[in-house]
Parts: sequence; structure tokens; C-alpha cells
Amino acid sequence: MLKHLVSAAIATVLIAPLAHAEAMKMAVTTSFENSGLAEVLLPAIKEDTGIDVQLLVVGTGQALRLGEAGDVDAVLVHSKAAEEKFVADGDATHRREIMYNDFVLIGPEDDPAGIAESESAPAAFKAIAETEAPFVSRGDDSGTNKKELSLWAAIGLKPDALGDWYKPVGAGMGAALNTAAGIDAYIMSDRASWLNFGNKGDLALLYSGDPLLFNQYAYLPVNPDKGDHIRNDLAQNLEEWLTSDRAKELIDGYRIADQQLFTFNAEQTDASQAAE
Amino acid sequence: MVEMLPLVATGVTVTRRGKRLIGPVDLNIEGDGVTVVIGPNGAGKTTLLQALHGITRLNAGTVRWACPATQARRAQAFVFQTPVMLRRSVLENLIYPLRAGGMARKAALALGREWCGRIGLGAAEGRPATVLSRGEKQKLAIARALIIEPAVLFLDEPSASLDGGATREVETLIETAAKGGTRVILSTHDMGQARRLARDAVFLLRGRVHERGPAPEFFHSPGTAQARAFLAGDIVE
Amino acid sequence: MTDLWGGLYAAARLLITLDPDLIEIALRSLRVTLSALAIACVIALPLAALLAVRRFRLRRATIAILNALMGLPPVVVGLVVYVLLSRAGPLGVLGLLFTPTAMIIAQVIIIVPLVASIAHQSLRELWAEYHDLLISLDTTQRQRIATLLWDGRRSLLTAALAGFGRAIGEVGAIMVVGGNIDHATRVMTTAIALETGKGNFALALGLGFVLIALAIAVNLAIHWLSRTERGQQW
Repeated sequence: MLKHLVSAAIATVLIAPLAHAEAMKMAVTTSFENSGLAEVLLPAIKEDTGIDVQLLVVGTGQALRLGEAGDVDAVLVHSKAAEEKFVADGDATHRREIMYNDFVLIGPEDDPAGIAESESAPAAFKAIAETEAPFVSRGDDSGTNKKELSLWAAIGLKPDALGDWYKPVGAGMGAALNTAAGIDAYIMSDRASWLNFGNKGDLALLYSGDPLLFNQYAYLPVNPDKGDHIRNDLAQNLEEWLTSDRAKELIDGYRIADQQLFTFNAEQTDASQAAE
Repeated sequence: MVEMLPLVATGVTVTRRGKRLIGPVDLNIEGDGVTVVIGPNGAGKTTLLQALHGITRLNAGTVRWACPATQARRAQAFVFQTPVMLRRSVLENLIYPLRAGGMARKAALALGREWCGRIGLGAAEGRPATVLSRGEKQKLAIARALIIEPAVLFLDEPSASLDGGATREVETLIETAAKGGTRVILSTHDMGQARRLARDAVFLLRGRVHERGPAPEFFHSPGTAQARAFLAGDIVE
Repeated sequence: MTDLWGGLYAAARLLITLDPDLIEIALRSLRVTLSALAIACVIALPLAALLAVRRFRLRRATIAILNALMGLPPVVVGLVVYVLLSRAGPLGVLGLLFTPTAMIIAQVIIIVPLVASIAHQSLRELWAEYHDLLISLDTTQRQRIATLLWDGRRSLLTAALAGFGRAIGEVGAIMVVGGNIDHATRVMTTAIALETGKGNFALALGLGFVLIALAIAVNLAIHWLSRTERGQQW
């Protein structure tokens, strides 16, 4: 009996590495995956280009590390400063802006800090700090986290000097939203993750619209100098597709609860040149 | 059969945790038949048998056989006071030493079945050995020792806590083996058994050979006061 | 409570409709875990037997280390395997990162100490029972190990099932080295983590219930098979 088990197990191991012929790996952020846009784009990419894009859903920091190690062929993230450093370090051939979405401020429906009436994002943050209402931060060095930190900095506050009401949870967007829902806290989220989030509890979208909250996604093909295994050819094809009219139509047309989530803003003229 | 005898033990001493269990013991075993080791509890009977068999580390002294040690080792068998039953069937227990010695499974099974019949366990060959009665276990242990046709067989209290019928069956097995040329060395508490089986006797006291002699003389007129007292049923320390 | 009912409902729906995604990840979970278990047993069981029968200088230290490693944090194992298998790491040329093979490697590392420790516990008792006889029969070390493994197979099954339980429910390591790639390395536990992250508690719980059912089914199947085997044997 045991022999059968062992041989069956060995057989399964041997069949295991059934790699697809035209597969490439792309590291993306949790917020992108949670938006549900990937489920629309990936089948279309496969249909149009034959490329099977395998997504590694991680935080921005880990996504860039995966690219740096040469473990993925491309990276799609949203943290401009880190991306520019990534290109400057020679880890990516270039940075290409694709689309943006926006961040929104979520909080308990009764809004103890009164941020719904704020004039700007920094004003809203200031109101939260003044009432010392609980605030959940991703605290994971992700793009979302970095954006949030920049907003605290804009009103002259340092997160590590804030009181107990500031709670960095060190988790992905979904997990952080779960925490905020559990303790009725304020939190900054990307709009897509919020709309797709299934456990809203007493939370509501309280503030959005400040251009400071716009969230630019950029595509970074990993430098093929890192080794022969880097599928730069596929990464280029994918870039061409991501900046095509077809992508524009799908990205701008993607809706959750009748709300448009992403705005396509790639420079298409460069795209056609780059593709040649 | 390998010519192993005489067995010569010289100055054999076994010490455990600072306590001397036996020794120094000088002992010659030759010829044929059954040597019985007797003595009060704690005299070191078990330790002596294990030392001669070579499964106890000696702190001093030597045990020499007439043939090289590795050869001698394979031509002897040991039956423990509490029979060790492998968690296998009766038949698998019997053939284990044969298989360990490299015999082909088919030949081993044939021989094993023959022995199953010989010890009256023919119908039970497929049963787990661990559920046998005490007497059946002891018979199986002896058969498993004899199946390799050892030149020397050690038995440590082979009929302790067995009833009369089982004791008789065990003694028959031992006598048959001795008649077949196997040199038997056994320890026992049962003076009746010692008298029935012994060709010569070794009286062990406080870890040393106190008296040794051919069976009829020893049991009839022991040379030392302690042996006399022991045989008379007195407490000897 | 509503989430729990929702989870049960989701589990029932997934099972009744034979959801193709569910079947795919469930089969991948089984394949990865059973492969890891088979490899781990081949390493751990003889090691456990060796530790029982042989007295060597570092034996106690080895046992202590194995016991300590039972509590190895999977995410650390995942990170170490990631660093080794990464393209920038020493084994990068093998191209194993983000494949089921990488997940199997991580799980093997996680469960070998567990299986070896539990197996050693029971084999040590068996060895105490067999010691005198096997020494007297002048068996070789190899024969002693084989005897212990064969005669102790029922309790070794328990050790293997404990390993299976730890591996099938593991998420930290395989998330890091597998990457939770849809249709490539997504398994039950990483799918559950993903759905939890999305706040889809009902679906996550549903998958969780299916995972529990799967684990119970495998345990029952193995016990049933071993009983049939015993029936033939004895």
C-alpha cells in the first residue's frame, strides 16, 4: 500500500514542472489585484498576444525586490520615487506610466473627526490627528503606505511620534481594511480595494477627490542583463498591449458599483515608437 | 556445525553504576549436554549468561571461543527471561533470524512452517505473536532460537511463571536440542528443573562461581556450606 | 455567525457545482502536500530509526534540534528557500522559484523535523522492546532499522499523518516561494488568504471548510487502507 502511495507521489512530482510555453511573471501590488481589474485584463492579454501573465501579488517593496533579484520579468507598481530609484539602479530598462486610480479616506459612518467636510486631504488628516480618532495604517512600506506617510509629512507630523490611536498593522490592503472595520477606525485605501471589499461593517467612504490622492501605476520591464531567463521579449509585447487602445478601452471601462476606478493615461505615441 | 567449544571465560567482570554485578569469573564450558546456572536472586545469573553470549560490555576479563568471535556469534542463540515478541505473525517471528542470516524467503518459510508444527502452533502461524499465551510465547522464542541450529544455546529462566504443562513442553524442546548436539547453558530457579536437565551445575553466589561440578555429585553432596544451604531451601546471602 | 453560515453555504455550493477552480486548487494542494510528505517520510523515517538504534556522539543534540525545529516558523523557511531559489541566489539557475516544486521543497523542510520527532518517539519505545533480541541475533544496523520501520509502521502512519496535517494547512512558506500564482501555484491555503484579504469572508470560510473536509477525507482513506492491509497481513 505504502509503495503505491510513494510511487504515486513520485509520479506527481515528476509531472509537476509543466511550464507554459509563453508565460511571463509580473509582480503587482495587492491593491491592483484586489481591484479585480486583473481578472478583466489577463484573459484579454492572453487572447490578443498569447502571453500567459502569471501575477505575483505582493507589496510594492517586495515587488521591487523580486525584480531586483531577477525573479520576475516585469513589475507594475505605484510608488514613483521607489520606481525611479529602481530604474536608476539599472534594475529596469525604463518606467512607463499606464494608468491611475485614486485613494480614498474611509472611516466610521458617524465620522467623529468630521473629515467628510474637509477642504483637502491634508486637512482631513489634520482633523483625524486633532480628535485622535483611531487610524489604521498599512505600515508595510507599500505604495499605499508611502502615500499615506507623505500626507502626514505634509501637515508636519511623524507617524512614530503619534499616539496610540495610530495603528500601523503591517499588512496588505484587505487585511488592514478588516482591522479598520473591526475597530471602527479611519483608514486610507485605494478606491478599488474599498469598492471590492466585502466586509465593510460600519465603515463608509468619507473623503476623496484631492489630486494629492491620485495614484499613478507604472510598468517596469526588468533589465534583461540579469540573465537569459528574463523574458524581456514578452515584457515588451505586454507593454505594447498595456498602452494600446484595447487596454485603454478595458481600463477606462472597468466599473464597480457604477464607479470608474482607473483612468488610462499612457502616452500612446511613444508606445507605437517603442514597439517598433 | 562450527567447533566452538571449549568456551573459556577468564576474569570476567561486569560493573554497572559503580556496583559489581559479577566477577571476577573464571569458567570453562566444554563437552555436550546442559549446564545449569543456579544461585539466589541477585547472584548475577542473567548477567553471566549475557556476558558469555557477548551482549553485555565487560569491564574486565575475556570470553574466548574455539573459533573466531564473528563466527562464534552467529552459531549461538539466546532466549530471554521475558520472551521478546516481534510485532509480526508467529511464522514471521520464526523466520526472522533465518532471513536476517540471508536465507531465501521461500526456504525460510518452509522451515518456519515445520517448526510451527513442532511447537504445536501450526494452526496459529498467521496470528500476531504478541497475543499468544505466556507458554506459547516461550515456546516460540525457543523455536526461534533453535531454528538457526545454534551450536550453543543460552536460556535465561526459560520456565519462570509457566504452568506445569508448558514447563514440560519447554523442557522437551531443550532436551531434544541438547540430544541433537546443541550445547545448552541455562539459568533457573527451579531446582527440580535443574536436577532434571543438568549434566553439570554452576552455583553462583554474589557474582562469583562459588561451586561447580557434575550434576549428580553436586545435587547429592555439594562441597560448600552455602550450596548445601541453598539446595536445602535456606536463604543464602 | 452570519459569516459562518455564509461559509457553509459557500462550501456546499462549491462542492455541489464541482467548481472547476476549486477542483484545480484542491488537486494542486493534494499533489504538493502528498509529494512533500512522501519525500519527507523517505528522509525522516530512516533518520528516526537511526536515532533510535545508534548511539553516536551528537545523537542527543540531533534529537534536541529536531524537537526544536518542529516549531520552525514556516514564513522563515519560506524566506530561506526563496533566497536560495531566487535567480540571484545560489540555486537560481534551476529556475524553481514560483513553481510547485519550490513549494514541495519548503514543505519538506517544514515537516521533516515533525515527522522525524514523532516517529523517533514511537520507534524508541519499540527499540527498547526489541533491543536485546536484535543485538543477540547479531543483526546489522540496516536490518535493525528495517525491522523497526516495518514493525512500527502503524505508529509511523500517525507521524506521517501529523506531517500531512501540518503541510496541507501551511500558508506562510508556500505563499513566499510559490507566489500564489493563479493556475500555477495557487493552492487551498493561499486562496483562503487571498479571499480573506479581499474581505470575502464567506468564500474564504467556504474554502476553509472544503480544506478541512479534504484533510479528514485523506486521513480516513489512509486509515481505511492501513486497516485493509492489516486484515491481509494477520
